[in-house]
Amino acid sequence: MSYEIVIGLEVHLQLNTKSKVFCGCSTDFGSAPNTQTCPVCLGFPGSLPVLNRLSLELGARVAIALNCQIAKEIRFDRKNYFYPDLPKDYQISQFDQPLAQRGVLNIITDEAEKKIRIRRVHLEEDTGKLFHQKDSSLIDFNRSGIPLLEIVSEPDMNSPEEAYLYLTALKSVLEYLDVSDCNMEEGSLRCDANISIRKKGDKELGTKTEIKNMNSFKGVKAALEYESKRQIDLLEDGKRIIQETRLYNVERCITEPMRSKEEAHDYRYFPEPDLVPFYFKEDFLRDIEKGIPELPEPKRNRFIKDYQLSNYDAAVIVSDKDTADYFEKCARLHGNPKTVANWLMGDISAYMKENGIVIKNLNLKPERLSGMLRMIDSGVITGKIAKTLLIEIIKTGTDPEELVKEKGLEQISDINLLENAVDEAVAENQKSVVDFKNGKDNAVMFLVGRVMQKTKGRANPNKVNEMLREKLKGAK
Amino acid sequence: MELNTLTAHNLADLLKKGDISPIDICNNIIDKIEKTENKLCALAHFDKEKALERCGNLDKAAEKNLLWGIPFFIKDNICVKDELTTCSSRILKNFKPPYNATVIGKLTDLGAVLMGKTNMDEFAFGSSTETSCYGPTRNPWDTERIPGGSSGGSAAAVAGDEAIFALGSDTGGSIRQPASLCGVVGLKPTYGRVSRYGLIAFASSLDQIGPITKDVEDAAILLKAISGHDEMDSTSADVLVPDYLSGMKKSVKGLKIGVPKEYFIEGMDKEVKDSLKIAIDKLEKLGAVCEDMSLPHTEYAVSVYYLVATAEASSNLARFDGVQYGLRADNVKSMMDMYKKTRKEGFGDEAKRRIILGTFALSSGYYDAYYAKALKVRTLIKTDFDEAFQKFDAIVTPTSPTAAFKIGEKTRDPLTMYLSDIFTISANLAGIPGISIPCGFTKNNLPIGLQILGKPFDEEMILRIAYNYEQNTDWHKRKPKL
Repeated sequence: MSYEIVIGLEVHLQLNTKSKVFCGCSTDFGSAPNTQTCPVCLGFPGSLPVLNRLSLELGARVAIALNCQIAKEIRFDRKNYFYPDLPKDYQISQFDQPLAQRGVLNIITDEAEKKIRIRRVHLEEDTGKLFHQKDSSLIDFNRSGIPLLEIVSEPDMNSPEEAYLYLTALKSVLEYLDVSDCNMEEGSLRCDANISIRKKGDKELGTKTEIKNMNSFKGVKAALEYESKRQIDLLEDGKRIIQETRLYNVERCITEPMRSKEEAHDYRYFPEPDLVPFYFKEDFLRDIEKGIPELPEPKRNRFIKDYQLSNYDAAVIVSDKDTADYFEKCARLHGNPKTVANWLMGDISAYMKENGIVIKNLNLKPERLSGMLRMIDSGVITGKIAKTLLIEIIKTGTDPEELVKEKGLEQISDINLLENAVDEAVAENQKSVVDFKNGKDNAVMFLVGRVMQKTKGRANPNKVNEMLREKLKGAK
Repeated sequence: MELNTLTAHNLADLLKKGDISPIDICNNIIDKIEKTENKLCALAHFDKEKALERCGNLDKAAEKNLLWGIPFFIKDNICVKDELTTCSSRILKNFKPPYNATVIGKLTDLGAVLMGKTNMDEFAFGSSTETSCYGPTRNPWDTERIPGGSSGGSAAAVAGDEAIFALGSDTGGSIRQPASLCGVVGLKPTYGRVSRYGLIAFASSLDQIGPITKDVEDAAILLKAISGHDEMDSTSADVLVPDYLSGMKKSVKGLKIGVPKEYFIEGMDKEVKDSLKIAIDKLEKLGAVCEDMSLPHTEYAVSVYYLVATAEASSNLARFDGVQYGLRADNVKSMMDMYKKTRKEGFGDEAKRRIILGTFALSSGYYDAYYAKALKVRTLIKTDFDEAFQKFDAIVTPTSPTAAFKIGEKTRDPLTMYLSDIFTISANLAGIPGISIPCGFTKNNLPIGLQILGKPFDEEMILRIAYNYEQNTDWHKRKPKL
C-alpha cells in the first residue's frame, strides 16, 4: 500500500531584543545563572509585565516577510500550567488572537517549488531552564521572559526532506530579517514536529504524534524519518497509532513516548488582564515593511537572471545573507560572477569551514578577492598560485598585488627564464621522453607538471607545454 | 493631646505651626496600639523600633508636603522592600519582597512614615477579615463583631485610632465595605487611577489600591498622593490627576444624583434603608437633585464577580508553589508532591475554595458557559453605568446591606458572606470609582455607610458630594469606645 506522510512544524524563535519581553532585564546568552533577573521575570507577587515594543516590531517583521495577515489588535493570554521553570506558573502567550495568521513560505524540492502555508505567528515569553542533579534540580531564570516567536506551519510537508527544506528556508528568511541568532544549539531556535500518516488519496488526516527534543535540523529530519517509518510499520501490522508526545533520543536516533504524566494539559487560556491591547498603526507597519531587505527567494531569482548563476549555485549563495552580499560585491567588482561563485563555493568556503569562521569574520575584502582574480585573468599569476595566495591574503591581510611582488609569485612566461627548468625536466625524465616519442601524447603533461614543480607553480603552463613539444620534436 | 485621633490634615496644620513633631504622633500611635491592639487584632506586622527610626530619619527637604511626618499603615498585600508581606496567608509566611510597591514610594517620597502592615482576609478573599492566618480582626465599635473585609485591618486601625490613615485594596468592595462597617471613609479609585505595581494580585482586572481615612479631606489628599500613570503598570492610566482639595469644595447645588432601585432590596437592614433615605434627603436639602433610576443588570453582579474574580485569582495564586519563596512543605517525595503539600498546608479554606472555583470556570468544556459568559454580562453591567452617567453626575446607594455582623456568623455559609458585597461589586466590574462615608448608626451603635459612585476618572465628583454631605453631618466625628 502507498502512504503519504503529513508533517507540520512549530518553530520557537528567541527574538534578539536587548531586553526581555516584559521587563528590562538583559537577554545576553551565557551569563552566570540568575544574574539577569528581576521581580517581573522571576514572577514575584505584585510584579507586573510591561510589553517590550521592539519584540512586537520584530514579530511583525517576521509576519510580513512570511506574507501573513497581521492582527489589528494585539492581545495576550495566560497559558496556565505548573512547572518549576515557569515562575508564575502561567506563561504569557497569545491564544485565539495571534499576532499574525495565514502566511506562506516557498521551499524548493528536487521536483519543483512548493508553497508551505503558515498557520499562525505569535509572541510569548520563554521559560527558565532546569538543570537536573542527582537528587535535586536547579533553575536558571536568565532565559525566563526572553521574547519567543512561535511560527506554526500548516501540515503541508510530505517528507522529512521537505521538513528539512522548510526549516532551512525559514532560517534563511529569519537571518535575512536579523530578528534572531537562529542558533539551535544555544536554543535560540527550537522546533517541534507533528507527524501523521495516511493512505495516498485519503482526505482525512491520520492520528498524529508530536515529536520534541530535536536539537538540529538534521536531527529533525532523522527523527521524522524514524517516526514515519514507525507509524507506517504500525499501520502495516494493522495496529493503531496513539496520539501522544514523543521525545527524540539523539543517541539512539529513535523517538520514545514521553511519560504521560508530563502531558495532557488543560491550559485554561484566558485574556491576560495585566496587559492592555496594542494596536498597530498603518504607517508603523509600512515602516516595518520598508525596512525588510530583499529576501532569499527574490534574491535567488535575481542572481539567476542578472549573474547567470545556476539554480544550485544561486540557492547556495543566497541561503546566507552575508554570503549573498559578499558575492554581489565581488561579482560587481570583478565582472565575472561565475568565477566569483566558483571561488566562493570552493576554496573560500573550504577555508571558512576548516577554520570555523563565517563570512562576516573573513579577513578578505571583496576588493582583494577581485584583485586576485584579475591577476589570474591577466596572466600575472597562475590559478595554482592563486590557491595558496588566497590563504596568504586572508592570513596576512595583505594586498594581493603587494604579496605577489614581495614573494615573487608572478607567472613566468619568459622562455629564457624557463629554459633551465625545461631542460632539467627532460634530462631527469627520459622515460617520459621515450613514451612521447612512442606516441604517448600525455607524457608531455607529466613533464609540464615537473616544470611547474621546479618553478613552484609560477611557470606559465601553456608556455611550458609549447616549449616541451618544441624540444621533444627536435629530439626525435 | 491624643494626636492619633486626628486626621492627616489636622496634624499637618499642627506640624506646620511647629506645635508637634512627627515623633510625637508616632509615640501617640504606639501608645494606642499597645493599649488596644490586643482587642482589635488590626495589625499583621508592626515593629515600633523601626517605626520610630523611620520617624527620626525623615527628610527635612520634603517638609512642605501635606503628608510629611504623618504615620500610615498599609494592607498586608502591598509589597514593602525587605519587610514581611504575607497577605495574611501561611503560604507567604516569612516572605519579604525585594522591591517596593509604587504607592509606597509615592507616599514615603512625600515624607509619610510607614508604620506597618494591617490584617486582612487571606489574599483579600473575604468580607469579614476572618480568614486571616493571624486570626480575625475585630470591629472597634463592637469587638464581638467583624470589621468587614477584606481590608478589615486597615478600617479597624483607622476607626480605632491606631492609625491616622491606611491603604487598602478593593476588588469587590474590600475598601468600601469595611470602611462602612467601621464608620470611616473608604475610597476605591477608578480602575487604572492608581498603580497596582507591588499589590499582590487577587483579580488583576478588578483590584485597585485606595485610602481608608477619618474624613473626606484626607481621602482627597491621599488619592492625589497615590494616583497617576506608572510605567511599571500597563493598566495604569495616563489621565490628569486634578486638585481634589479645591474641586471637592464646590457646592452640590444642581447636581443630578441617581438612586438605583436595585440597591434597595428585600432582606437588607431596615435601619440601613432608613439611614439612606435620610442621607438622600440631606443631599436634596443641600441642593442636589436625587432621582430614582435603574441599573437593570445589577442582579447578575455577584455571579459575574465570583466567576471573573476567582478565575483570575486561580491563575494569580498559581505562583505560590513552594519553588522560589514563601512556604515549602517538608518531606516531599516529588515535584508534584511539593506542589500539592505546599498548597494544601499554605492556603486556608476560602483560598482553596476560590482557586477551585476559578480553575473550574476556566476549564475546557466550562469556559464558554461560565467565564466567557461572565465577561459578556460584565460588559452589560458596565453599559448600565455608562448609560446612567449620561444622565446623572453620580449614583448613591448603601455600601452594605447590613451593619457589622457577629464574628463567626457567616463563616459556615460562604454564599451569605458573598452577598455582603452585593452593593460594592458592580463598581469593580465596571471599573468606576466609589467612596463610602458614614451616614448613620444602628440602635446598637454600629456605623452605616453611604456609597457614592461616579464616572470613570471623576473621583472629584464623588469626593465633592461626600465632602458636602460630611461637612453638614456629624457622623464622622463619633468615635468608638474601646
